[in-house]
Amino acid sequence: MKIPSSIWTLLIGIVLTLVSLWYGQNHGLLPTAATDEAVLVDGLFNAMMIVSTGIFLLVEGILIYSAFKYRRRAGDNEDGPPVEGNVPLEILWTAIPAIIVIGISVYSFDVYNEIGGFDPHAIHEAPMNQESMAMPGSAMAATLSDTPPGTEPNLNQEKSDEAMEDPATAEVRNADQIPQLRNAPGVGSVAPTIGGTPDKAGKPAELQVNVTGLQYAWIFTYPETGITTGEMHVPIGREVQINMTANDVIHAFWVPEFRLKQDAIPGRQSEIRFTPKTAGDYTLICAELCGPYHGAMRAPIVVEPEEAFDKWVQEQLVASKETLNQAVAVNPANLSPNEFLAPYIKDMGIKPEILHQVHH
Amino acid sequence: MTQAQVQETANAPALDDEPGIRKWQDYFSFNTDHKVIGIQYLVTTFIFYCIGGVMADLVRTELRTPEVDFVTPEVYNSLFTLHATIMIFLWIVPAGAGFANFLIPLMIGAKDMAFPRLNAVAFWMIPPAGLLLIASLVVGDAPDAGWTSYPPLSLVTGQVGEGIWIMSVLLLGTSSILGAINFLVTLLKMRIPGMGVHQMPLFCWAMFATSALTLVSTPVLAAGLILLAFDLIAGTTFFNPTGGGDPVVYQHMFWFYSHPAVYIMILPFFGAISEIIPVHSRKPIFGYKAIAYSSLAISFLGLIVWAHHMFTSGIPGWLRMFFMITTMIIAVPTGIKIFSWLGTMWGGKIQLNSAMLFAMGFVGTFVIGGISGVMLAAVPFDIHVHDTYFVVAHLHYVLFGGSVLGIYAAIYHWFPKITGRMVNEFWGKVHFALTIVGLNMTFLPMHKLGLMGMNRRIAQYDPKFTFLNEICTYGAYILAVSTFPFIINAIWSWLYGEKAGNNPWRALTLEWMTTSPPAIENFDRTPVLATGPYDYGLEKADEGVPLSDPNPILSGGPNSVLRAEPDPAVAANPEDRK
Ligand code: HEM
Ligand SMILES: [Cu+2]
Ligand SMILES: [Cu+2]
Repeated sequence: MKIPSSIWTLLIGIVLTLVSLWYGQNHGLLPTAATDEAVLVDGLFNAMMIVSTGIFLLVEGILIYSAFKYRRRAGDNEDGPPVEGNVPLEILWTAIPAIIVIGISVYSFDVYNEIGGFDPHAIHEAPMNQESMAMPGSAMAATLSDTPPGTEPNLNQEKSDEAMEDPATAEVRNADQIPQLRNAPGVGSVAPTIGGTPDKAGKPAELQVNVTGLQYAWIFTYPETGITTGEMHVPIGREVQINMTANDVIHAFWVPEFRLKQDAIPGRQSEIRFTPKTAGDYTLICAELCGPYHGAMRAPIVVEPEEAFDKWVQEQLVASKETLNQAVAVNPANLSPNEFLAPYIKDMGIKPEILHQVHH
Repeated sequence: MTQAQVQETANAPALDDEPGIRKWQDYFSFNTDHKVIGIQYLVTTFIFYCIGGVMADLVRTELRTPEVDFVTPEVYNSLFTLHATIMIFLWIVPAGAGFANFLIPLMIGAKDMAFPRLNAVAFWMIPPAGLLLIASLVVGDAPDAGWTSYPPLSLVTGQVGEGIWIMSVLLLGTSSILGAINFLVTLLKMRIPGMGVHQMPLFCWAMFATSALTLVSTPVLAAGLILLAFDLIAGTTFFNPTGGGDPVVYQHMFWFYSHPAVYIMILPFFGAISEIIPVHSRKPIFGYKAIAYSSLAISFLGLIVWAHHMFTSGIPGWLRMFFMITTMIIAVPTGIKIFSWLGTMWGGKIQLNSAMLFAMGFVGTFVIGGISGVMLAAVPFDIHVHDTYFVVAHLHYVLFGGSVLGIYAAIYHWFPKITGRMVNEFWGKVHFALTIVGLNMTFLPMHKLGLMGMNRRIAQYDPKFTFLNEICTYGAYILAVSTFPFIINAIWSWLYGEKAGNNPWRALTLEWMTTSPPAIENFDRTPVLATGPYDYGLEKADEGVPLSDPNPILSGGPNSVLRAEPDPAVAANPEDRK
């Protein structure tokens, strides 16, 4: 067999390429890109779609063509030509996939770097405290209460204590069943998924938001202003760093429009940085199975212009001052769990009764 | 004389009357015949497939509407946990072992497996493990932490269910380790003299690679599960963060097995497809060595890609890049296989019977899963779609398209050998058409769902996804319906189908050189290799026939005596029979 080369092959090749190029950019499969990072990720996806469409059409085309063209006619009991192999052809079709995956790898590597995957400062920052040096789980006989509390201030612990004091928290989670973080030593911070972009690496992000995941809610605190809330607001154009941890089981922070995802793991703090770009109301979705109501664990995310964001901050400050005046513990803007979950309770068709069943 | 006639005349079985007749009780006993065990595996796992399939349809019924209105969220979680566990550990993995059991000794000319009793032990671990798992539904505390069973969630949901799940998976893992040892030793030690590794059929190569992979990776899963059981029952904190344990360590141990597991699931059927395509295309397999070695390459690379399931759980940046690159590289040996299959079909005389249609469906569907797999390897993109329906779509294209279609192709292909009868081709084609339509209708829309923002393992979703979910659900019903023509056809044909003769496909591998179904010890004398396994299209026996034996047997040895004439009642091609 020769490597087929003819006018037809050429024509088919051109058509295939054009179709792939067109579809790779007009597939309409992704939601709005709402961060600077999302735009880069979409570029990668589109490039992969172009290649994929080409390969898909090629393979399915050959398959269907063969099924018709080389069909055995009735009464023909001959065998086909005894072709055992063809070294140049085999080298060619080993080389083509190899080149394609190298290309995709290099492109991915580049995007990953651009969105801050390699921020060396961020990795350096991950605190290695004593507890994290001791091999986790090495003491077989250790029970929960045996573990000595860490001596260093434990960010996770503080965050979760805060969250636990919140009445809204207690109502949505089955508090008696899930081990609390109480005595857990912090395992230390994981290297961030996504740190600062290369030009911003090493500098702290312009806005910090601490996020705690607990069965089935997200709680946001803004350390600079002390705002605690169930709804995250971020301003366009300012780089945001999310520091997240989880209180009970693993949750995952995912905003589809941001193209970012990171697990929030109990006992660890993980970080993720991004720069919002497109104003809009989005939804933070928990992407890691965290129990029966995993599907309901969502929170509103608002990307808005700088001024609107500042206004929101002011409102929140006033609200929380009022709360303080009422001598209530730090409370996420006075929301009861039902109010707190209201937007999606309605959307998702979860009735409050169902939520109440959670804590049997 | 064609190669098929050469091979057949060299190995024609002496006795043809009612071979391999067994009592039905044999199939329900601790029988040590590899063929009985093979059938036991296949029938048992197919029953579990039906149970897992019913669960899938219950899951899809819940997802027809965005609300939780069909089952409670707790039950929903148990359903998809059991669905996935059953499909993986009780269907795809053991079904591969079933074919290997039936075929390996026949293909290499052995009388049985190396360790027949161990073989039976391996099988008999499966029914109790499966019943245990399903019983957990009835005791009212079914496992519901997903088939991945990540702690801490798995430690805080129902203890009984989770304990049962661990025990059941441990039993199944043990069974597959025992099976793998048996396949390896059999392949290494029991080939007939004259069959070097390069005369081995490709299915044997694939099972060799699979078994090696099983032996290396399964013990790690067992270790992880045992530690998890300690955390669950004894209050240790290996993985429990409340005592300083690290849940991410579990993920490493789990995926060190469970990623290779997808190759354990798919490699056997890569092997089966490499048998089926040349026979029904009447051409030698294109690039025998490339296919054989690519199985080994896949099995080796499969061991160093596990962390691509953990790109979002917090592993260092450089490590992500390492796992991205190893994952991408797997596309190369896989691509070699796909192009070799296409090369085999190209210019052939393709007989579009059910076996071949399913084999072609396998190639066409697996390609989609493979392409989305390469996309998932790209870290920045995986971060977006990890744990979404894009992944559910990908894994079903691989596991349904790549494994289930492969199993069906293999069943249709070897049915005449296993039962001695032909399947009904018409109903086989109906089965194929329904399966392909249902498969794509169910899983294709899931790609878009995932990209747009539907996460997996949820009983309730954003109403904007309703329409696509409805399509998926109706597709799943079509898939359910598609199994009926198959089940009825298989049973009916087994009992009343047309007699197949020993070698209805005029194939060249040794399993076709004995009676159908094969007699108790397979061959009435040690078979000989008169041709290579895929020498289609070579006309003359004495011209350029790559005999494995340096002293060609036909022209001198004791086997050159032609002991039987081809049966005139059996037309060369079964489709031409009146
Ligand atoms: C009969 C057709 C099938 C249908 C309709 C189906 C449907 C589904 C659905 C809807 C899910 C997602 C559940 C959720 O995320 O809530 C799922 C998960 C899964 N299915 Fe299937 N499936 C089918 C066949 C198979 C087969 C043949 C396998 C083979 C191994 C399989 C393996 C899995 C696995 C591993 C998961 C992941 C479960 C998880 O996320 O924990 N499925 N299936
Ligand atoms: Cu969650
Ligand atoms: Cu969740």
